[in-house]
Amino acid sequence: MASVPGLEPTPDDIHGHSVRRRDFIYVATGAFAAAGATTALYPIVSQMNPAADVRALASIEADISAIQPGQAIKVPWRGKPVFIRRLTPAEIGAVDKVPLSELRDPQTLAQRTKPGKAEWMITLGVCTHLGCIPLGAAEGENKGPFGGYFCPCHGSAYDPAGRIRKGPAPKNLEVPQYAFKSPTVVEIG
Amino acid sequence: MVRLIGFLAGAAFCFVLLVAAIQPRDAQTETPHGLEPIKTHWSFNGPNGMGVLGKYDRAQLQRGFQVYKEICSSCHSMHLVAFRDLTAIGFSEPEVKAIAKNWNYKVPTINDDGTPGERAPLPADRIPGPFANEKAARAANNNALPPDFSLIAKAREGGPDYIHSLVAKGYDESARPKGWETPEGLYFNKYFPNLNIAMPPPLVQDGQVTYNDGTKATVDQMGKDVSAFLMWASEPRLEERRSTGLAVVMFLSVLAVFAWATYRKVWAPLKKGYKSAGLAQPAE
Amino acid sequence: MSFSWSEPYKPEGKLWRYLDDRLPIPRMIWDSVGGGYPVPKNLNYAWNFGALAGVALAVQILSGIILAMHYDGSAANAFQSVEHIMRDVNFGWMFRYIHANGASFFFIVVYIHIFRGLYYGSYKEPRELVWMLGVVILLLMMATAFMGYVLPWGQMSYWGATVITGLFSAIPIIGTSLQQWLLGGFSADTPTISRFFALHYILPFVILGTVVLKVWALHLPGSNNPLGIDVKGPQDTIPFHPYFTSKDGFTLVLYFMLFAIVVFFAPNMFGEVDNYIQANPLSTPAHIVPEWYLLPFYAILRSFTVDLFFIPAKLWGVLAMGSAILLLLFMPWLDGSPVRSNKFRPINRFFFFVLVVDIAILGVCGGKPAAEPWVRIAQLASAYYFAHFLIILPIVSRVERPLPVPRSISEAVLEKYSKLGSSIGSARGSMSAGAAVAPMPAE
Repeated sequence: MASVPGLEPTPDDIHGHSVRRRDFIYVATGAFAAAGATTALYPIVSQMNPAADVRALASIEADISAIQPGQAIKVPWRGKPVFIRRLTPAEIGAVDKVPLSELRDPQTLAQRTKPGKAEWMITLGVCTHLGCIPLGAAEGENKGPFGGYFCPCHGSAYDPAGRIRKGPAPKNLEVPQYAFKSPTVVEIG
Repeated sequence: MVRLIGFLAGAAFCFVLLVAAIQPRDAQTETPHGLEPIKTHWSFNGPNGMGVLGKYDRAQLQRGFQVYKEICSSCHSMHLVAFRDLTAIGFSEPEVKAIAKNWNYKVPTINDDGTPGERAPLPADRIPGPFANEKAARAANNNALPPDFSLIAKAREGGPDYIHSLVAKGYDESARPKGWETPEGLYFNKYFPNLNIAMPPPLVQDGQVTYNDGTKATVDQMGKDVSAFLMWASEPRLEERRSTGLAVVMFLSVLAVFAWATYRKVWAPLKKGYKSAGLAQPAE
Repeated sequence: MSFSWSEPYKPEGKLWRYLDDRLPIPRMIWDSVGGGYPVPKNLNYAWNFGALAGVALAVQILSGIILAMHYDGSAANAFQSVEHIMRDVNFGWMFRYIHANGASFFFIVVYIHIFRGLYYGSYKEPRELVWMLGVVILLLMMATAFMGYVLPWGQMSYWGATVITGLFSAIPIIGTSLQQWLLGGFSADTPTISRFFALHYILPFVILGTVVLKVWALHLPGSNNPLGIDVKGPQDTIPFHPYFTSKDGFTLVLYFMLFAIVVFFAPNMFGEVDNYIQANPLSTPAHIVPEWYLLPFYAILRSFTVDLFFIPAKLWGVLAMGSAILLLLFMPWLDGSPVRSNKFRPINRFFFFVLVVDIAILGVCGGKPAAEPWVRIAQLASAYYFAHFLIILPIVSRVERPLPVPRSISEAVLEKYSKLGSSIGSARGSMSAGAAVAPMPAE
C-alpha cells in the first residue's frame, strides 16, 4: 500500500496481529469470488455443446422392411449417410471365404454384424480415406471390383461387408452403434 | 455563441410545445374494454404467489395437455413445442412416442418420387398444427387467425390468469354493457380487450374431456388446467430458472457480506487516521 | 499520470520486468485503476456507477457473443431461433434473459452515472471531453439497444423498427430515400434484420473503444469529487487500489445480486408482452412502445402535434428528440458557473431535482397511449426539459450566488470526521490550505 498521509501505525501493526486477521477476510472474499467465477464458467462452456433438438436426433429409427436381398438404402444420421444393405446368401458366402490375412483391416462378417442378422450390413457411408461418400448403395451405382462399394474420389474399393480391399483407405467402413428394435426397425445411434 | 443558439432553439421548442399544449382537445369518449382477469393461485407461483419457490403440478399439466389435444388443437397450433418436450410434464418416452405417432396431424415431408407428402410425427418433431399455413387457417375460421399457443401465456397481459378467465368465465351474456353490439361472426367475452372475440366458446359444458386421473372435468377445472399447461408451454424452464436463481442470490448474499467486510477492513486504518487527525488539533 | 505524487509502477520479478520493457500492460492497469491512480479521498457511492457501467458492458458483450452463436438473423427464422435458444440450447434461457435485462441494467447504471455528472459539475473544465465522450457513448448505446430489440423479430421489434425508421422520412427531400437506405427495402424485412445484427454486434466494441478514450481523458485531470474543488496535493488523494477497488467490488456484488433477482425471478418485468408474438406486417399492436430507457425521448418525439413555421409536426418531433440528446454535449458551455458541485449551488440544485422529476414524468408519458391527459402533460414536461437546459441553466449559472466552497478536500474530510467523532468538543479543522494532515503525536 502506498504511504498515505494521515495514516498512523495502528496498535495491530505494532503488535503484529494484523497480518493474520487482515489476510483472512481478503482470502475468504477472493476464494469465494473465484469459486463463483469458476461456477459461472460451466454454463458458458456448456452452451456450446449440442442443444436439445440436436441431441434428440442423436439416434434415429430406420424401417428396413422394404429392403430386398441385394438392395441397400441410405439413411441420414447425425449429418452423415448410413448404408443399410441386405446381403444375398451368395454375397455372405463369398465374404466369409476371404482369408483374414488378405485384409488390410482384418474383420469377419460376424464381427461386423449382429448375431443371427448376418445379412444386414449397416455401415457409415463415409470413405475412411478422406471422407467422400462411396458409390454402390443406390440402384445402378458402381459397386466396384469387389461388388460392395467404390469410392470415386481416389478409388478405394470395399466388399459387400464394407471391408477395404483395394485403394488408399486404411480401415473398413465404420459400423455405427445400432440395435434391432424389431425385425423391421433398426435404431441407429 | 453556443448559449445564444441554445437559447433560441430552446425558446423555439418551448413555443411550439406550448402552442400545442393549449390546443383544444376533442371530447374523449370512454369505450368499454375487457375486465381485469380473475386472479387464481397457481402452483407455479409458489405458496405466497410471489413466484420464488413455485413448481408446476405435473398432474395438472398432463390434464391441461389433454384439454389442448382434445379441444384446442383442432384450431390452434403449438409449433415451437416438440413432442420430446412432453417428457418434462411426466410422460414416459414410449408414451411420448405414441402421442406423436397418433397425433391427428401429420408432418409435411417429401415422398421418394419427389411429390409433397405427409408422415406421422416422431418425438423429435415439433407439434404439427391443424392448418398448413396462415391462409388455410383464416379460410377455415371466418378470416380470423387462431393464434399459435407456444408462447400465448407470455404474449398476453395477465398470462394464465387471463387465459383461464377468458375461456372459463368470459362468455357471459349477463355482463354485456347496455347497447353493446357484437358483429356477426364474433362473440361477446367480458375479458377480451375489445369485448368481441372471434373464438366461439371452447369450453361449453362439464365433462367435455374425461380426465385420465379421475379429476372432475368442470369448465373451470379444464380452464385452469389448460392455462397451467399453456404457461408451461411458454416457459418450460421456469422451475430450473428459479432454483438456479435461488442458488445464485444466496451465493451473492454471502459474497456481499465478505465484500463489505473487505471494504471496511481496507478503509479502517484510513478512517481511523481521519478521526484522530480531525480530533487532536495543534494549537495554531 | 498527471499527479506528481502518484505511486509509480515497480515490476517485481523477472517475468514482470520482461513484460514491462516490451508491452507495458500491467503498468497501464496500475496507472489507470491500480495503486498508481490517486483519487480524491472524499468520493461517495455516486462515483461507483462508472465502474458498474463498464461491467455491464462486459456482461452484454459476453452474453451477446454467446447468443450470436445460436441466433439466425433472417425474417423467417429469427423469432424461432430465439425460442430455440430459450428451449433447446443448454442454459440458453439464462443467457437470453441476462442479455435482455442486462441492457436495462446498463441503462439504469449509465443514467445514474450521468445524473452524478450533472449534479457535481463533472462536465466542467477541464473534463469537457470526458463528458462529451460520454454523450457519444450514450448515443451509441441507444443505437445498439434499438437495433438489438429488433433482432427477436416480435411485434414490438418489427413495429418499433418501422416507427423509428419512419421518422427519417420526415427529413425534407432526402427523407424517404434515407429511410429505404436504412431499411434495405420498402419495409422492415430480412435485409433490415441482417444489417441490424451486424451493426449490433460491432457497435459495443466501438463503445468499448470510446470507454477507453474516456478513461484516458479522465486520467489527465483525475476524478472530480463531491465538493467539486480541485485536488491540491497528496493530502487530498488516496490510491485507487485498494481503496476504490474494494469499494467498487462491494457495489459490484450488490449490483449482481439485484441483477440476479431480476434475471431469475422477474425476467419479463422490463419487457412488453407483445414481443412474444411473431412480427406480423399486416397487424399493428394497440400500443407501440420502445423499451423503458427510450421512453422520455419517445415522449418528447410525440409531443409535437402542430405544424408551425412551415415545419410539419413530425419533423419538429424528430428535430426535438435529436436535440434533446445532443444538447447534453454543450453542457460545459451552457453552464457558466465557476462552482462545480451543486452542493454549493442551492438554486441550481433545486432545478436539478425538478429535472429528475420532469424526466420521470416524460418516461411515464412515453409509455402511455397517445391520449389525454398524457399528451398535454408530455408537452408541458418536454417544454420544461428544453427550458431547463437551454434557458434556465445558462441564466441561473450566471446569476446565482454560490455558497462558499471549502479550501481543500482534506480539510473538508477532516472537518466531517471531527464533527462525527467529537464528543468532547470543538475540534474544528484549522489547518491551512494545502498543508499535509499532520500525523499525530509522533511527529
